[in-house]
Amino acid sequence: MADLSVKIAGVEFNNPIIAASGTFGFGREYSEFYSLDNLGGISCKGITLKKRDGNPAPRIAETPSGILNAVGLQNPGVDAFIENDLDWLKEQNTVVIANIAGNTPEEYCQMAEKLSETAVDMIEMNISCPNVKSGGVQFGTSCESVGAITSAVRKYCKKPLIVKLSPNVTDIAEIAKSAEANGADAISMINTLTGMRIDINTRRPIIRNNTGGMSGPAVFPVAVRMVWQVANAVNIPIIGMGGISKWEDAVEMLIAGASALQIGTVLFSDPYAPIKINEGINKFLDDNGLKSVSELTGTIKPW
Amino acid sequence: MKYDVKQFELLSNEEIAGGIFDMRLKNDELAPLAKCGQFAHVYVPSKTLRRPISVCDSENGVLRLVYQVKGEGTQLMSQMKSGEMVDVLAPLGKGFKVEKGKRYCLIGGGIGVPPMLYTAKQTENPLVITGFRNKDLIILQEDFKNAGAELVLTTDDGSAGIHGFVTDVLKDKINEVDEVCACGPTPMLKAIADVCKEAGKPCQISLEERMACGIGACLVCAVKVRKDGEEIMQHVCKNGPVFNAEEVVF
Repeated sequence: MADLSVKIAGVEFNNPIIAASGTFGFGREYSEFYSLDNLGGISCKGITLKKRDGNPAPRIAETPSGILNAVGLQNPGVDAFIENDLDWLKEQNTVVIANIAGNTPEEYCQMAEKLSETAVDMIEMNISCPNVKSGGVQFGTSCESVGAITSAVRKYCKKPLIVKLSPNVTDIAEIAKSAEANGADAISMINTLTGMRIDINTRRPIIRNNTGGMSGPAVFPVAVRMVWQVANAVNIPIIGMGGISKWEDAVEMLIAGASALQIGTVLFSDPYAPIKINEGINKFLDDNGLKSVSELTGTIKPW
Repeated sequence: MKYDVKQFELLSNEEIAGGIFDMRLKNDELAPLAKCGQFAHVYVPSKTLRRPISVCDSENGVLRLVYQVKGEGTQLMSQMKSGEMVDVLAPLGKGFKVEKGKRYCLIGGGIGVPPMLYTAKQTENPLVITGFRNKDLIILQEDFKNAGAELVLTTDDGSAGIHGFVTDVLKDKINEVDEVCACGPTPMLKAIADVCKEAGKPCQISLEERMACGIGACLVCAVKVRKDGEEIMQHVCKNGPVFNAEEVVF
Protein backbone atom coordinates (compact mmCIF):
# COMPACT_ATOMS: atom_id res chain seq x y z
CA MET A 1 0.00 0.00 0.00
CA ALA A 2 1.63 3.20 -1.20
CA ASP A 3 1.10 6.59 0.38
CA LEU A 4 -1.70 8.28 -1.56
CA SER A 5 -1.75 11.46 0.52
CA VAL A 6 -0.75 14.76 -1.05
CA LYS A 7 -0.17 18.22 0.31
CA ILE A 8 -1.33 21.31 -1.58
CA ALA A 9 -0.53 24.76 -0.19
CA GLY A 10 -0.11 23.26 3.27
CA VAL A 11 -3.42 21.36 3.18
CA GLU A 12 -3.20 17.60 3.62
CA PHE A 13 -5.41 15.41 1.37
CA ASN A 14 -5.89 11.70 2.16
CA ASN A 15 -5.60 10.93 -1.53
CA PRO A 16 -5.19 12.94 -4.75
CA ILE A 17 -8.78 12.56 -6.00
CA ILE A 18 -11.03 15.60 -5.51
CA ALA A 19 -14.61 15.85 -6.77
CA ALA A 20 -14.77 18.63 -9.37
CA SER A 21 -16.95 21.66 -8.78
CA GLY A 22 -20.38 21.51 -10.37
CA THR A 23 -20.57 17.75 -10.67
CA PHE A 24 -20.92 16.89 -7.00
CA GLY A 25 -23.24 19.51 -5.52
CA PHE A 26 -22.37 19.96 -1.84
CA GLY A 27 -21.74 16.24 -1.51
CA ARG A 28 -24.98 15.08 0.08
CA GLU A 29 -26.27 13.09 -2.91
CA TYR A 30 -23.06 11.13 -3.46
CA SER A 31 -22.83 10.42 0.28
CA GLU A 32 -25.81 8.13 -0.38
CA PHE A 33 -23.43 5.93 -2.42
CA TYR A 34 -20.36 5.84 -0.19
CA SER A 35 -18.65 7.62 2.63
CA LEU A 36 -17.14 10.87 1.36
CA ASP A 37 -13.85 10.20 3.15
CA ASN A 38 -13.07 8.04 0.12
CA LEU A 39 -12.31 11.34 -1.59
CA GLY A 40 -9.25 13.46 -0.97
CA GLY A 41 -11.47 16.50 -1.15
CA ILE A 42 -14.62 18.05 -2.53
CA SER A 43 -14.68 21.18 -4.61
CA CYS A 44 -18.20 22.39 -3.93
CA LYS A 45 -20.68 23.60 -6.53
CA GLY A 46 -19.73 27.16 -7.52
CA ILE A 47 -21.29 29.68 -5.18
CA THR A 48 -22.08 33.33 -5.73
CA LEU A 49 -22.75 36.21 -3.36
CA LYS A 50 -26.50 36.03 -3.94
CA LYS A 51 -28.64 33.00 -4.82
CA ARG A 52 -28.83 32.23 -8.56
CA ASP A 53 -31.49 30.24 -10.44
CA GLY A 54 -29.18 29.36 -13.32
CA ASN A 55 -30.09 28.99 -16.98
CA PRO A 56 -33.30 27.53 -18.39
CA ALA A 57 -33.20 23.86 -19.47
CA PRO A 58 -31.96 22.09 -21.51
CA ARG A 59 -28.65 22.56 -19.76
CA ILE A 60 -26.84 19.55 -21.16
CA ALA A 61 -26.06 17.80 -24.44
CA GLU A 62 -23.99 14.71 -25.07
CA THR A 63 -21.05 14.94 -27.49
CA PRO A 64 -18.64 12.31 -28.80
CA SER A 65 -16.87 11.10 -25.62
CA GLY A 66 -18.11 14.05 -23.65
CA ILE A 67 -20.83 16.50 -22.72
CA LEU A 68 -21.64 20.17 -23.01
CA ASN A 69 -23.26 21.87 -20.04
CA ALA A 70 -24.60 25.31 -19.26
CA VAL A 71 -26.08 25.19 -15.79
CA GLY A 72 -25.29 28.85 -15.22
CA LEU A 73 -24.15 28.63 -11.61
CA GLN A 74 -27.43 27.71 -9.97
CA ASN A 75 -26.69 27.90 -6.24
CA PRO A 76 -28.25 29.10 -2.97
CA GLY A 77 -25.69 31.87 -2.35
CA VAL A 78 -22.69 32.02 -0.06
CA ASP A 79 -24.61 32.70 3.16
CA ALA A 80 -26.94 29.73 2.68
CA PHE A 81 -23.94 27.53 1.87
CA ILE A 82 -22.21 28.53 5.10
CA GLU A 83 -25.40 28.18 7.13
CA ASN A 84 -26.84 24.95 5.71
CA ASP A 85 -24.07 22.90 4.15
CA LEU A 86 -20.64 23.71 5.50
CA ASP A 87 -20.95 22.15 8.96
CA TRP A 88 -22.21 18.91 7.45
CA LEU A 89 -19.41 18.91 4.86
CA LYS A 90 -16.79 19.44 7.54
CA GLU A 91 -18.00 16.30 9.32
CA GLN A 92 -17.22 14.14 6.28
CA ASN A 93 -13.49 13.87 6.97
CA THR A 94 -12.42 15.21 3.59
CA VAL A 95 -10.94 18.52 2.44
CA VAL A 96 -13.63 21.10 1.73
CA ILE A 97 -12.91 23.56 -1.07
CA ALA A 98 -15.34 26.43 -1.60
CA ASN A 99 -15.58 27.38 -5.28
CA ILE A 100 -16.54 31.04 -5.74
CA ALA A 101 -17.74 33.02 -8.76
CA GLY A 102 -18.72 36.67 -8.98
CA ASN A 103 -20.12 39.31 -11.28
CA THR A 104 -17.52 41.83 -10.11
CA PRO A 105 -14.12 41.73 -8.39
CA GLU A 106 -15.82 43.17 -5.29
CA GLU A 107 -18.14 40.17 -5.11
CA TYR A 108 -15.18 37.77 -5.22
CA CYS A 109 -13.54 39.75 -2.43
CA GLN A 110 -16.66 39.78 -0.27
CA MET A 111 -17.08 36.03 -0.63
CA ALA A 112 -13.41 35.36 0.11
CA GLU A 113 -13.72 37.52 3.23
CA LYS A 114 -16.84 35.72 4.45
CA LEU A 115 -15.43 32.26 3.77
CA SER A 116 -12.13 33.10 5.42
CA GLU A 117 -14.04 33.32 8.71
CA THR A 118 -15.41 29.78 8.30
CA ALA A 119 -14.03 26.25 8.53
CA VAL A 120 -13.59 25.94 4.76
CA ASP A 121 -10.15 24.43 4.03
CA MET A 122 -9.43 26.21 0.75
CA ILE A 123 -10.98 28.67 -1.66
CA GLU A 124 -11.05 28.00 -5.40
CA MET A 125 -11.60 31.15 -7.41
CA ASN A 126 -13.60 30.32 -10.53
CA ILE A 127 -12.64 32.85 -13.17
CA SER A 128 -13.41 30.44 -15.94
CA CYS A 129 -17.15 29.71 -16.01
CA PRO A 130 -18.22 30.00 -19.66
CA ASN A 131 -21.96 29.88 -18.97
CA VAL A 132 -22.86 33.15 -17.29
CA LYS A 133 -23.42 36.52 -18.90
CA SER A 134 -21.30 38.66 -16.63
CA GLY A 135 -18.30 37.74 -14.55
CA GLY A 136 -16.92 34.24 -14.76
CA VAL A 137 -14.59 33.79 -17.67
CA GLN A 138 -14.33 37.51 -18.44
CA PHE A 139 -11.87 37.76 -15.55
CA GLY A 140 -9.91 34.75 -16.70
CA THR A 141 -8.82 35.38 -20.26
CA SER A 142 -6.05 37.96 -20.02
CA CYS A 143 -2.93 38.13 -17.87
CA GLU A 144 -3.88 41.62 -16.69
CA SER A 145 -7.38 40.69 -15.54
CA VAL A 146 -6.23 37.45 -13.88
CA GLY A 147 -3.45 39.33 -12.11
CA ALA A 148 -5.77 42.11 -10.96
CA ILE A 149 -8.49 39.85 -9.56
CA THR A 150 -6.04 37.44 -7.93
CA SER A 151 -4.27 40.29 -6.23
CA ALA A 152 -7.57 41.84 -5.10
CA VAL A 153 -8.99 38.60 -3.69
CA ARG A 154 -5.66 37.72 -2.06
CA LYS A 155 -6.05 40.71 0.26
CA TYR A 156 -9.31 39.30 1.66
CA CYS A 157 -8.56 35.60 1.43
CA LYS A 158 -7.05 34.13 4.59
CA LYS A 159 -7.35 30.57 3.27
CA PRO A 160 -5.13 28.88 0.69
CA LEU A 161 -6.24 30.32 -2.65
CA ILE A 162 -6.60 28.17 -5.76
CA VAL A 163 -7.17 29.94 -9.08
CA LYS A 164 -9.15 27.84 -11.58
CA LEU A 165 -8.12 28.56 -15.13
CA SER A 166 -10.01 28.56 -18.40
CA PRO A 167 -8.60 26.68 -21.38
CA ASN A 168 -10.28 29.16 -23.73
CA VAL A 169 -7.17 31.35 -23.94
CA THR A 170 -4.20 31.83 -26.23
CA ASP A 171 -1.41 31.10 -23.74
CA ILE A 172 -2.45 29.42 -20.51
CA ALA A 173 1.10 29.35 -19.14
CA GLU A 174 1.30 33.16 -19.15
CA ILE A 175 -2.05 33.36 -17.36
CA ALA A 176 -0.88 30.88 -14.73
CA LYS A 177 2.28 32.93 -14.17
CA SER A 178 0.16 36.02 -13.62
CA ALA A 179 -1.96 34.18 -11.02
CA GLU A 180 1.20 32.96 -9.27
CA ALA A 181 2.82 36.40 -9.27
CA ASN A 182 -0.29 37.91 -7.70
CA GLY A 183 -0.63 35.52 -4.80
CA ALA A 184 -2.28 32.27 -5.92
CA ASP A 185 -1.25 29.30 -3.78
CA ALA A 186 -2.25 26.73 -6.39
CA ILE A 187 -3.70 26.44 -9.88
CA SER A 188 -6.60 24.19 -10.83
CA MET A 189 -7.12 23.47 -14.49
CA ILE A 190 -8.81 23.08 -16.87
CA ASN A 191 -12.35 24.38 -16.73
CA THR A 192 -14.55 23.42 -19.70
CA LEU A 193 -13.88 24.24 -23.34
CA THR A 194 -16.62 26.33 -24.95
CA GLY A 195 -18.64 24.31 -27.44
CA MET A 196 -21.96 24.03 -29.23
CA ARG A 197 -24.38 21.45 -30.66
CA ILE A 198 -27.28 22.18 -33.00
CA ASP A 199 -30.39 20.05 -33.62
CA ILE A 200 -30.40 19.73 -37.42
CA ASN A 201 -34.18 19.37 -37.59
CA THR A 202 -35.14 22.41 -35.54
CA ARG A 203 -31.87 24.30 -36.26
CA ARG A 204 -31.93 25.26 -32.59
CA PRO A 205 -28.90 24.82 -30.34
CA ILE A 206 -29.56 21.82 -28.08
CA ILE A 207 -28.55 23.85 -25.04
CA ARG A 208 -30.85 26.72 -24.20
CA ASN A 209 -27.84 28.95 -23.47
CA ASN A 210 -26.78 28.25 -27.11
CA THR A 211 -23.21 27.46 -26.08
CA GLY A 212 -21.93 25.36 -23.22
CA GLY A 213 -18.78 24.07 -21.60
CA MET A 214 -17.36 20.81 -22.89
CA SER A 215 -15.95 18.16 -20.58
CA GLY A 216 -15.36 14.42 -20.52
CA PRO A 217 -12.78 12.11 -22.10
CA ALA A 218 -12.74 14.14 -25.33
CA VAL A 219 -10.99 17.05 -23.60
CA PHE A 220 -8.43 14.93 -21.73
CA PRO A 221 -5.51 15.35 -24.19
CA VAL A 222 -6.03 19.12 -24.20
CA ALA A 223 -5.95 19.14 -20.39
CA VAL A 224 -2.77 17.04 -20.25
CA ARG A 225 -1.02 19.36 -22.68
CA MET A 226 -2.04 22.46 -20.73
CA VAL A 227 -1.08 20.99 -17.33
CA TRP A 228 2.33 20.14 -18.77
CA GLN A 229 2.79 23.66 -20.14
CA VAL A 230 1.76 25.29 -16.87
CA ALA A 231 3.90 22.91 -14.80
CA ASN A 232 6.87 24.17 -16.82
CA ALA A 233 5.93 27.79 -16.14
CA VAL A 234 5.04 28.01 -12.42
CA ASN A 235 6.33 26.71 -9.10
CA ILE A 236 2.98 26.49 -7.27
CA PRO A 237 1.16 23.12 -7.33
CA ILE A 238 -1.37 22.24 -10.01
CA ILE A 239 -4.65 20.42 -9.44
CA GLY A 240 -5.20 18.78 -12.83
CA MET A 241 -8.58 18.03 -14.32
CA GLY A 242 -10.34 17.61 -17.64
CA GLY A 243 -11.75 14.28 -18.80
CA ILE A 244 -10.06 11.98 -16.27
CA SER A 245 -12.17 8.83 -16.33
CA LYS A 246 -9.88 5.96 -15.33
CA TRP A 247 -6.79 5.42 -13.18
CA GLU A 248 -4.47 5.43 -16.20
CA ASP A 249 -5.66 8.98 -17.00
CA ALA A 250 -5.01 10.00 -13.41
CA VAL A 251 -1.44 8.67 -13.50
CA GLU A 252 -0.87 10.38 -16.86
CA MET A 253 -2.05 13.72 -15.50
CA LEU A 254 0.20 13.39 -12.45
CA ILE A 255 3.18 12.60 -14.69
CA ALA A 256 2.33 15.67 -16.79
CA GLY A 257 2.81 17.81 -13.68
CA ALA A 258 -0.31 17.72 -11.51
CA SER A 259 0.02 17.29 -7.72
CA ALA A 260 -3.66 16.39 -7.21
CA LEU A 261 -6.61 15.76 -9.49
CA GLN A 262 -10.25 16.64 -9.86
CA ILE A 263 -12.73 14.34 -11.52
CA GLY A 264 -16.23 15.26 -12.59
CA THR A 265 -17.96 14.07 -15.73
CA VAL A 266 -17.09 10.40 -15.17
CA LEU A 267 -19.23 10.44 -12.01
CA PHE A 268 -22.33 10.63 -14.20
CA SER A 269 -21.66 7.22 -15.73
CA ASP A 270 -19.88 5.73 -12.71
CA PRO A 271 -20.51 7.25 -9.28
CA TYR A 272 -17.84 4.93 -7.85
CA ALA A 273 -15.10 6.24 -10.16
CA PRO A 274 -13.15 8.05 -7.37
CA ILE A 275 -12.74 4.80 -5.44
CA LYS A 276 -11.76 2.80 -8.52
CA ILE A 277 -9.25 5.44 -9.63
CA ASN A 278 -7.59 5.52 -6.21
CA GLU A 279 -7.33 1.72 -6.23
CA GLY A 280 -5.76 1.81 -9.68
CA ILE A 281 -3.24 4.49 -8.72
CA ASN A 282 -2.32 2.53 -5.61
CA LYS A 283 -1.69 -0.64 -7.58
CA PHE A 284 0.37 1.24 -10.18
CA LEU A 285 2.54 2.71 -7.44
CA ASP A 286 3.05 -0.71 -5.82
CA ASP A 287 3.79 -2.37 -9.17
CA ASN A 288 6.39 0.28 -9.93
CA GLY A 289 8.01 0.26 -6.53
CA LEU A 290 6.95 3.82 -5.71
CA LYS A 291 6.25 4.73 -2.08
CA SER A 292 4.16 7.85 -2.62
CA VAL A 293 1.85 9.28 -5.26
CA SER A 294 3.80 12.54 -5.12
CA GLU A 295 6.77 10.73 -6.65
CA LEU A 296 4.86 10.73 -9.94
CA THR A 297 4.24 14.46 -10.19
CA GLY A 298 6.04 16.06 -13.11
CA THR A 299 8.10 12.98 -13.96
CA ILE A 300 7.36 13.28 -17.66
CA LYS A 301 10.38 12.66 -19.88
CA PRO A 302 9.62 14.89 -22.86
CA TRP A 303 11.33 14.29 -26.19
CA MET B 1 -26.97 4.04 1.66
CA LYS B 2 -29.86 5.18 -0.47
CA TYR B 3 -28.41 4.74 -3.97
CA ASP B 4 -26.70 1.83 -5.64
CA VAL B 5 -25.58 0.59 -9.03
CA LYS B 6 -25.96 -3.10 -9.80
CA GLN B 7 -25.52 -5.45 -12.69
CA PHE B 8 -28.89 -6.60 -14.03
CA GLU B 9 -29.23 -9.66 -16.24
CA LEU B 10 -30.95 -8.83 -19.50
CA LEU B 11 -33.76 -11.38 -19.93
CA SER B 12 -35.29 -9.98 -23.13
CA ASN B 13 -35.26 -6.87 -25.29
CA GLU B 14 -37.93 -6.97 -27.99
CA GLU B 15 -39.35 -4.43 -30.39
CA ILE B 16 -43.07 -4.14 -29.57
CA ALA B 17 -43.92 -1.31 -32.01
CA GLY B 18 -41.96 0.77 -34.53
CA GLY B 19 -38.79 1.79 -32.70
CA ILE B 20 -40.22 0.96 -29.26
CA PHE B 21 -38.53 -1.77 -27.23
CA ASP B 22 -39.55 -3.78 -24.16
CA MET B 23 -36.52 -4.61 -21.99
CA ARG B 24 -36.70 -6.99 -19.00
CA LEU B 25 -33.86 -6.85 -16.49
CA LYS B 26 -33.38 -9.13 -13.52
CA ASN B 27 -31.90 -8.10 -10.20
CA ASP B 28 -33.40 -9.33 -6.96
CA GLU B 29 -31.90 -6.55 -4.83
CA LEU B 30 -32.79 -3.37 -6.68
CA ALA B 31 -35.75 -4.21 -8.92
CA PRO B 32 -38.18 -4.84 -6.02
CA LEU B 33 -37.42 -1.36 -4.61
CA ALA B 34 -38.93 0.43 -7.61
CA LYS B 35 -42.15 2.37 -7.06
CA CYS B 36 -44.52 3.57 -9.76
CA GLY B 37 -43.34 6.69 -11.56
CA GLN B 38 -39.67 6.21 -10.64
CA PHE B 39 -36.95 5.69 -13.21
CA ALA B 40 -33.84 3.62 -13.91
CA HIS B 41 -30.57 5.14 -15.11
CA VAL B 42 -29.09 2.72 -17.63
CA TYR B 43 -25.39 2.68 -18.47
CA VAL B 44 -24.74 2.33 -22.18
CA PRO B 45 -21.16 1.26 -22.95
CA SER B 46 -19.19 3.94 -24.87
CA LYS B 47 -21.58 6.75 -23.89
CA THR B 48 -20.68 9.49 -21.40
CA LEU B 49 -24.18 9.74 -19.94
CA ARG B 50 -26.60 7.12 -18.64
CA ARG B 51 -30.10 6.90 -20.17
CA PRO B 52 -32.99 7.64 -17.79
CA ILE B 53 -35.92 5.31 -18.54
CA SER B 54 -39.15 5.22 -16.54
CA VAL B 55 -40.13 2.02 -14.81
CA CYS B 56 -42.92 0.31 -16.77
CA ASP B 57 -43.29 -2.54 -14.29
CA SER B 58 -41.48 -4.37 -11.50
CA GLU B 59 -42.40 -7.92 -10.57
CA ASN B 60 -40.48 -10.86 -9.10
CA GLY B 61 -37.14 -9.08 -9.30
CA VAL B 62 -37.65 -8.15 -12.93
CA LEU B 63 -37.59 -4.52 -13.95
CA ARG B 64 -39.45 -3.79 -17.16
CA LEU B 65 -38.34 -0.76 -19.19
CA VAL B 66 -40.23 0.20 -22.34
CA TYR B 67 -38.29 2.81 -24.29
CA GLN B 68 -38.20 4.45 -27.69
CA VAL B 69 -35.10 4.64 -29.86
CA LYS B 70 -34.46 8.39 -30.01
CA GLY B 71 -30.72 8.71 -30.53
CA GLU B 72 -27.40 6.90 -30.36
CA GLY B 73 -27.75 5.78 -26.74
CA THR B 74 -31.17 4.18 -27.06
CA GLN B 75 -30.07 2.71 -30.41
CA LEU B 76 -27.24 0.95 -28.58
CA MET B 77 -29.66 -0.15 -25.86
CA SER B 78 -31.91 -1.71 -28.49
CA GLN B 79 -28.99 -3.86 -29.66
CA MET B 80 -28.30 -5.34 -26.22
CA LYS B 81 -28.87 -9.11 -26.18
CA SER B 82 -30.40 -11.53 -23.68
CA GLY B 83 -27.84 -12.83 -21.21
CA GLU B 84 -25.82 -9.59 -21.23
CA MET B 85 -25.25 -7.84 -17.93
CA VAL B 86 -26.55 -4.27 -17.85
CA ASP B 87 -25.27 -1.69 -15.37
CA VAL B 88 -28.27 0.08 -13.84
CA LEU B 89 -28.60 2.81 -11.19
CA ALA B 90 -32.12 2.40 -9.82
CA PRO B 91 -34.68 3.14 -8.62
CA LEU B 92 -34.41 6.93 -8.77
CA GLY B 93 -36.68 9.91 -8.31
CA LYS B 94 -40.01 10.61 -6.70
CA GLY B 95 -42.88 8.68 -8.30
CA PHE B 96 -46.67 8.96 -8.33
CA LYS B 97 -48.32 9.18 -4.91
CA VAL B 98 -51.29 6.83 -4.96
CA GLU B 99 -53.67 6.37 -2.06
CA LYS B 100 -56.10 3.59 -1.31
CA GLY B 101 -59.77 4.41 -1.67
CA LYS B 102 -59.30 6.95 -4.45
CA ARG B 103 -60.21 6.35 -8.08
CA TYR B 104 -57.49 7.52 -10.43
CA CYS B 105 -57.48 8.51 -14.06
CA LEU B 106 -54.06 7.54 -15.47
CA ILE B 107 -53.13 9.14 -18.77
CA GLY B 108 -50.21 8.28 -21.01
CA GLY B 109 -49.30 9.89 -24.31
CA GLY B 110 -46.96 8.03 -26.69
CA ILE B 111 -43.79 6.92 -24.93
CA GLY B 112 -45.33 8.42 -21.76
CA VAL B 113 -47.66 5.41 -21.59
CA PRO B 114 -45.25 2.83 -20.02
CA PRO B 115 -44.97 4.31 -16.47
CA MET B 116 -48.76 4.34 -16.24
CA LEU B 117 -48.83 0.52 -16.35
CA TYR B 118 -47.00 0.05 -13.05
CA THR B 119 -49.14 2.88 -11.63
CA ALA B 120 -52.31 1.13 -12.82
CA LYS B 121 -51.23 -1.99 -10.96
CA GLN B 122 -50.99 0.00 -7.71
CA THR B 123 -54.50 1.46 -7.97
CA GLU B 124 -58.02 0.03 -7.83
CA ASN B 125 -60.13 0.04 -10.97
CA PRO B 126 -58.28 2.93 -12.60
CA LEU B 127 -59.52 4.71 -15.68
CA VAL B 128 -56.59 4.56 -18.12
CA ILE B 129 -56.52 6.80 -21.18
CA THR B 130 -53.74 6.06 -23.67
CA GLY B 131 -53.06 8.29 -26.66
CA PHE B 132 -50.87 7.63 -29.67
CA ARG B 133 -50.15 9.42 -32.95
CA ASN B 134 -51.38 6.46 -35.02
CA LYS B 135 -52.18 2.74 -34.84
CA ASP B 136 -48.59 1.66 -35.56
CA LEU B 137 -47.36 3.15 -32.28
CA ILE B 138 -49.90 1.53 -29.95
CA ILE B 139 -48.37 -0.36 -27.01
CA LEU B 140 -49.32 -2.17 -23.79
CA GLN B 141 -53.10 -2.40 -24.35
CA GLU B 142 -53.31 -6.04 -23.22
CA ASP B 143 -51.18 -5.28 -20.16
CA PHE B 144 -53.57 -2.56 -19.02
CA LYS B 145 -56.58 -4.84 -19.50
CA ASN B 146 -54.86 -7.55 -17.45
CA ALA B 147 -54.23 -4.97 -14.73
CA GLY B 148 -57.97 -4.51 -14.43
CA ALA B 149 -58.13 -1.02 -15.87
CA GLU B 150 -61.01 0.60 -17.66
CA LEU B 151 -59.08 1.34 -20.82
CA VAL B 152 -59.64 4.02 -23.46
CA LEU B 153 -57.54 4.28 -26.62
CA THR B 154 -57.19 7.43 -28.70
CA THR B 155 -55.17 8.20 -31.81
CA ASP B 156 -54.44 11.62 -33.24
CA ASP B 157 -55.31 10.45 -36.79
CA GLY B 158 -58.24 8.18 -35.93
CA SER B 159 -56.49 5.05 -37.25
CA ALA B 160 -57.51 3.17 -34.08
CA GLY B 161 -59.75 3.86 -31.10
CA ILE B 162 -61.23 7.28 -30.60
CA HIS B 163 -60.16 9.93 -33.12
CA GLY B 164 -58.86 12.74 -30.90
CA PHE B 165 -56.73 13.69 -27.94
CA VAL B 166 -56.62 12.19 -24.45
CA THR B 167 -57.98 15.47 -23.10
CA ASP B 168 -61.19 15.05 -25.15
CA VAL B 169 -61.85 11.84 -23.21
CA LEU B 170 -60.69 13.32 -19.91
CA LYS B 171 -63.17 16.22 -20.17
CA ASP B 172 -66.05 13.72 -20.52
CA LYS B 173 -64.94 11.45 -17.70
CA ILE B 174 -63.20 13.64 -15.17
CA ASN B 175 -66.15 13.55 -12.79
CA GLU B 176 -65.81 9.76 -12.55
CA VAL B 177 -62.40 10.02 -10.84
CA ASP B 178 -60.81 11.65 -7.78
CA GLU B 179 -57.35 12.40 -9.14
CA VAL B 180 -55.34 12.37 -12.39
CA CYS B 181 -51.80 11.12 -13.03
CA ALA B 182 -50.19 11.70 -16.43
CA CYS B 183 -47.01 11.26 -18.44
CA GLY B 184 -46.34 12.36 -22.01
CA PRO B 185 -45.37 15.30 -24.18
CA THR B 186 -45.34 18.70 -22.46
CA PRO B 187 -48.21 20.25 -24.50
CA MET B 188 -50.39 17.28 -23.54
CA LEU B 189 -49.46 17.60 -19.86
CA LYS B 190 -50.24 21.29 -19.90
CA ALA B 191 -53.65 20.64 -21.50
CA ILE B 192 -54.39 17.94 -18.88
CA ALA B 193 -53.32 20.28 -16.08
CA ASP B 194 -55.72 22.92 -17.40
CA VAL B 195 -58.65 20.47 -17.54
CA CYS B 196 -57.93 19.29 -13.99
CA LYS B 197 -57.65 22.80 -12.66
CA GLU B 198 -61.00 23.75 -14.16
CA ALA B 199 -62.63 20.64 -12.69
CA GLY B 200 -60.91 21.13 -9.33
CA LYS B 201 -59.20 17.74 -9.44
CA PRO B 202 -55.65 17.15 -8.19
CA CYS B 203 -53.19 16.26 -10.92
CA GLN B 204 -49.70 14.73 -10.84
CA ILE B 205 -47.52 14.89 -13.96
CA SER B 206 -44.28 13.13 -14.81
CA LEU B 207 -41.80 15.42 -16.55
CA GLU B 208 -38.82 14.75 -18.78
CA GLU B 209 -35.61 16.76 -19.14
CA ARG B 210 -32.07 16.12 -20.38
CA MET B 211 -30.30 14.62 -17.39
CA ALA B 212 -26.80 13.69 -16.20
CA CYS B 213 -26.17 12.46 -12.63
CA GLY B 214 -29.75 11.30 -11.94
CA ILE B 215 -29.56 12.09 -8.20
CA GLY B 216 -29.77 15.87 -7.89
CA ALA B 217 -26.08 16.77 -7.71
CA CYS B 218 -25.29 18.24 -11.13
CA LEU B 219 -28.45 20.37 -11.46
CA VAL B 220 -28.82 20.05 -15.25
CA CYS B 221 -32.42 18.73 -15.45
CA ALA B 222 -33.97 21.95 -14.18
CA VAL B 223 -37.68 22.67 -14.06
CA LYS B 224 -39.29 25.84 -12.78
CA VAL B 225 -41.90 25.34 -10.07
CA ARG B 226 -43.95 27.66 -7.90
CA LYS B 227 -43.71 27.04 -4.14
CA ASP B 228 -45.33 29.37 -1.62
CA GLY B 229 -45.81 32.01 -4.31
CA GLU B 230 -42.14 31.99 -5.29
CA GLU B 231 -40.74 30.56 -8.54
CA ILE B 232 -37.79 28.27 -7.89
CA MET B 233 -35.69 25.80 -9.86
CA GLN B 234 -36.13 22.15 -8.99
CA HIS B 235 -34.78 19.06 -10.71
CA VAL B 236 -36.58 16.31 -12.58
CA CYS B 237 -34.27 13.58 -11.27
CA LYS B 238 -34.57 14.28 -7.55
CA ASN B 239 -37.63 16.45 -6.88
CA GLY B 240 -39.47 14.61 -9.69
CA PRO B 241 -39.93 13.19 -12.22
CA VAL B 242 -43.47 13.44 -10.80
CA PHE B 243 -44.61 16.93 -9.84
CA ASN B 244 -47.86 18.47 -8.65
CA ALA B 245 -49.19 19.96 -11.92
CA GLU B 246 -50.36 23.12 -10.18
CA GLU B 247 -46.81 23.92 -9.13
CA VAL B 248 -45.14 23.50 -12.53
CA VAL B 249 -44.43 26.71 -14.42
CA PHE B 250 -44.90 25.62 -18.04
